Amino acid sequence: MKKIGTQTVLLSNKPKIISNFSVVGPKEGKGPLSEYFGKILEDDKLGQKTYEKAEQKLMELAVFSCIEKSGLTPKDIDMFLSGDLLNQIISSSFTARQFDTTFIGLFGACSTMTESLALGSCLVDGEYFENVLCSTCSHFATAERQFRYPLELGTQKPPTSQWTVTGAGATLLSLHGEGPYIEMVTFGKVCDYGVSDVNNMGAAMAPAAMHTLKTHFEDTGRKPDFYDLILTGDLGKFGSETLIDMMEKEGYAFSENYGDCGNMIFDIKQKTFMGGSGCGCSASVLNSYVITKLRRGDIDKVLFLSTGALLSTLSCQQGESIPGIAHAIVIRGK
Amino acid sequence: MAEKSQIEAYNKYVEAKIPMTKPFPSLIWAFLVGGGICVIGQGVNDIITLLFPDMTTDVVSSYTLVFMIFLGTFFTGLGLYDKLGSFAGAGSVIPITGFANSVASPAIEFKTEGWIFGMSVKMFTIAGPIIVNGIASSILVGLVYMFL
Repeated sequence: MKKIGTQTVLLSNKPKIISNFSVVGPKEGKGPLSEYFGKILEDDKLGQKTYEKAEQKLMELAVFSCIEKSGLTPKDIDMFLSGDLLNQIISSSFTARQFDTTFIGLFGACSTMTESLALGSCLVDGEYFENVLCSTCSHFATAERQFRYPLELGTQKPPTSQWTVTGAGATLLSLHGEGPYIEMVTFGKVCDYGVSDVNNMGAAMAPAAMHTLKTHFEDTGRKPDFYDLILTGDLGKFGSETLIDMMEKEGYAFSENYGDCGNMIFDIKQKTFMGGSGCGCSASVLNSYVITKLRRGDIDKVLFLSTGALLSTLSCQQGESIPGIAHAIVIRGK
Repeated sequence: MAEKSQIEAYNKYVEAKIPMTKPFPSLIWAFLVGGGICVIGQGVNDIITLLFPDMTTDVVSSYTLVFMIFLGTFFTGLGLYDKLGSFAGAGSVIPITGFANSVASPAIEFKTEGWIFGMSVKMFTIAGPIIVNGIASSILVGLVYMFL
């Protein structure tokens, strides 16, 4: 059995991250992490007719740049794992039709980056596939239109709202090669603490992040200070503070090593309320800042968990609360 | 699903922690922008009265409304009305320019799905409830007025 504890899988074959790439929009490009991104777009519509097409191009750009960077060709990719926020995950499937490989579409809302990496790592570790490509993306304009209001509508956002990141990330996992590797993964459970405020995703997702983290520490016997960096996906300011409080109640005090991609990607001056969100948030931060730092040797042990709010526009109008999920991966530099 | 006691305790915690919109700057901005739009409306009204002295007050009001609706739509098209709304709040939503914005913005947004199923169908997604409830409440008031 590779499973340790209740939800964690130890990957003895050490799936390597042989390549990674991130693409972000102009606003994200002006944020504090600008020097780390693979490509910063000047036009968030990428010259396309619709924003949906633009989002798909965004993923395509990340995916093909990631393959190119690895020195492999699209034909060498055995499996493509991907998901996004749009209805019926069109950005992912439309990207998959661009190249000749097997594809599994995933939906984990904003947790998709680690959902795809956790699954991909297992597929590589089990030697079912050699090269597995994992990707996800989100776009501010398409998310606003699907989940909220038209872009030009003059409304005020509540202070707890977050800003959907325009960005995509792709990570190529391989059984062979050099690079940081995935040591273990902890799959998350759906947690619902009855939060139904669609403008406060941080509060809806924090319990799921707490549950996955707590289980990870119980399964592995590790303590938070074992890691150089513990990063959550897009809890934002509200959600990450809530997570710290919840973890403290569970007896795990976070030290200086905790961060949240949603807090990191934008500057406070960029007026994004509680910070960034969306699949592209953790995808672009992981595939730029985190992996670069690991490759440089600045950090060695990273616990990374993307968090997702599993709601639909119908479910929230029908008064349902928002279930959250978080999947964690442990990335080691060497 | 978490246990009932956990849900209650967590929601209580969240409620207590939620940052509130600061009322003072919100009120000032809403007052200034909303007032400003009304001043522009009054100005338009005065100019029309000056240019067409024979017009009755009712007709002048109608033309003023048409012009204000044009302004709201025009600035929505320029991509400026949403920026105004982000700090003015109700100040730019309540005047008729806000109503124009609520019709024009989905019309622009859903144009990509075609003229019929996109623009025409989605045009009233935001203004629709205002119209429905507006008509329903005027019928109610009308009925009350009939018996008075």
